Amino acid sequence: MSAETLVQLLYLVSTALFILSLRWMSDPETARKGVFSGVAAMILAVAGTLAGVMATGGTHYWWILGAFALGAAIGYPLAQVPLTAVPQRTALSHAFGGLAAGLVGTAKFFLYYGQRNEAALTTFIVVALVAEILLGFLTFTGSLLAAGKLQEVKWIPQRPVTYPGQNLTNLALFGVALTLGVALVLHPLAPWAPWAFGGVILLSLAFGVLLIIPIGGADMPTVISILNSYAGLSAVAMGFVLNNKLLITAGALDGSSGLILSIIMCKAMNRSFFNVLFGAFGQAQTSAAGGEQKAYKSDTVESAAQVMEQASLVVIVPGYGMAVAQAQHKVRELYDLLKKRGVTVKFAIHPVAGRMPGHMNVLLAEAEIPYTDLVEMDEINGDLPQADVALIIGANDVVNPAARADKTSPIYGMPIIDADKAKTVYAIKRSKNPGFAGIDNELYFLDKTFMLFGDAKSVVGELARKLAGDNSGH
Amino acid sequence: MMLREHTETPGHPAPAAGGGHGQLDYMGALFVFMLATFIGVMVIQRVSRLLHTPLMSLTNAISAIAVVGALIVSAGKDYPGYITALGLVAIFCSTTNIVSGFLITDRMLKMFKKREGVAK
Repeated sequence: MSAETLVQLLYLVSTALFILSLRWMSDPETARKGVFSGVAAMILAVAGTLAGVMATGGTHYWWILGAFALGAAIGYPLAQVPLTAVPQRTALSHAFGGLAAGLVGTAKFFLYYGQRNEAALTTFIVVALVAEILLGFLTFTGSLLAAGKLQEVKWIPQRPVTYPGQNLTNLALFGVALTLGVALVLHPLAPWAPWAFGGVILLSLAFGVLLIIPIGGADMPTVISILNSYAGLSAVAMGFVLNNKLLITAGALDGSSGLILSIIMCKAMNRSFFNVLFGAFGQAQTSAAGGEQKAYKSDTVESAAQVMEQASLVVIVPGYGMAVAQAQHKVRELYDLLKKRGVTVKFAIHPVAGRMPGHMNVLLAEAEIPYTDLVEMDEINGDLPQADVALIIGANDVVNPAARADKTSPIYGMPIIDADKAKTVYAIKRSKNPGFAGIDNELYFLDKTFMLFGDAKSVVGELARKLAGDNSGH
Repeated sequence: MMLREHTETPGHPAPAAGGGHGQLDYMGALFVFMLATFIGVMVIQRVSRLLHTPLMSLTNAISAIAVVGALIVSAGKDYPGYITALGLVAIFCSTTNIVSGFLITDRMLKMFKKREGVAK
């Protein structure tokens, strides 16, 4: 068997294992098997590549080993971050992925250019190269910025940054990049080609920044998914350049995963891709801010605890506020105490609650709440009219009834959790300010709604203490 | 000639001599891409919504397959130093994703439990 056949066979098995890895993610029961399968696939991929490289006389092995070791040394602590920091870790790792693809593309271009290798720089290859560096470097800066926003780094603006002519500027720059790309495809060996290539790199880096600055926190789940998709597609482009089918398949799996997640996120906000990326949200926000001040009814934690104790079904709606306050463990205490009293407790999970897809599920699972009690929006909405209490912890837009009724609202048409249909609503809110989208929430002004102002962690903790205190009093 | 030799260097299948044959190869690559995308879409659609965060960290690790390209570039013999350097940085980036992606995915998945743990 020739070395090349061996390499291809290893790649073949690796590809199958990658597909199985994702297949096993369909169920929490088999999901861990998916990770092992993914690891095995990656080991085979690296082993296969090394075998191929060795067979044809590779070099720099010590340097390569060093790069592996350094990567592992940085990767290990990145896997130990608290789960509330998972969105920024994910964004950071998209940045690494994009950078890797961009650098390999750059290396390939300058290698072929330096060799004046006309045979290698075919139209197809140059198109793929340009796509690879465009997607790679755009993902790099875009994801870095997204990670910075999520981490709330001080000098990065949290609120969307918009300026007049923003989309026009982006479009014009994109036009320049496209022109440079086409010129490269036509004349890859021209004396100015390295400059054009460098220009595409710089423009891609700028795009990443320009595309992310107008995007606010509420859109982060969609944006992270899109960047995930781009990172995958840049690997596909690399596969085209290197004529490597393993890269193409694995990249395509990643790309389609990001695509599906973005579609789910967009649907959950009733917005299109286009709308998220070239966002009208920034503008809508300012027009909605001018509402008159209405009065909240607040309530004490004692009476809230009493009402919950009497309930037979309590639905908890968690949102980003729960993550920020790290309240999930206190929520778990409350869950336990209510369960002990025979109250059924369910969690209503909106697809875009939090800052990335599935964010709430992971936090609640960390607090050891069984995943069978984490219910998707569409399923729980049927139960909400029977719920005695809906307890809203740091969620806002995902329970705003304006999405159903108010055509002028920027979130009109977004599917929501019908918390307003519960018999009583308690909403824990940090302050009297409106949510991230900057819109008033009618839910808070309903007759059956009572506000519990304060930090989610301390309010939930107090609720739990009241419930526990009652118990010991007997 | 020196330049010709470079096209035969490790890991880089020399581009097919005839343009026609080369085109066929690219069509093959596009077919693989198309089929893999369909498989990906179908498999991902079945992933439980509970697991969307671990799914994303898992695909993060999978997209670090770019390490394959980075290895090929880094190990190339007689490549200019800066090419090797770019490849090595790419290996570093990809390895970071492989290690942290798989580890954190497994860490998260361990937390998903069907029944309540023993009450503390």
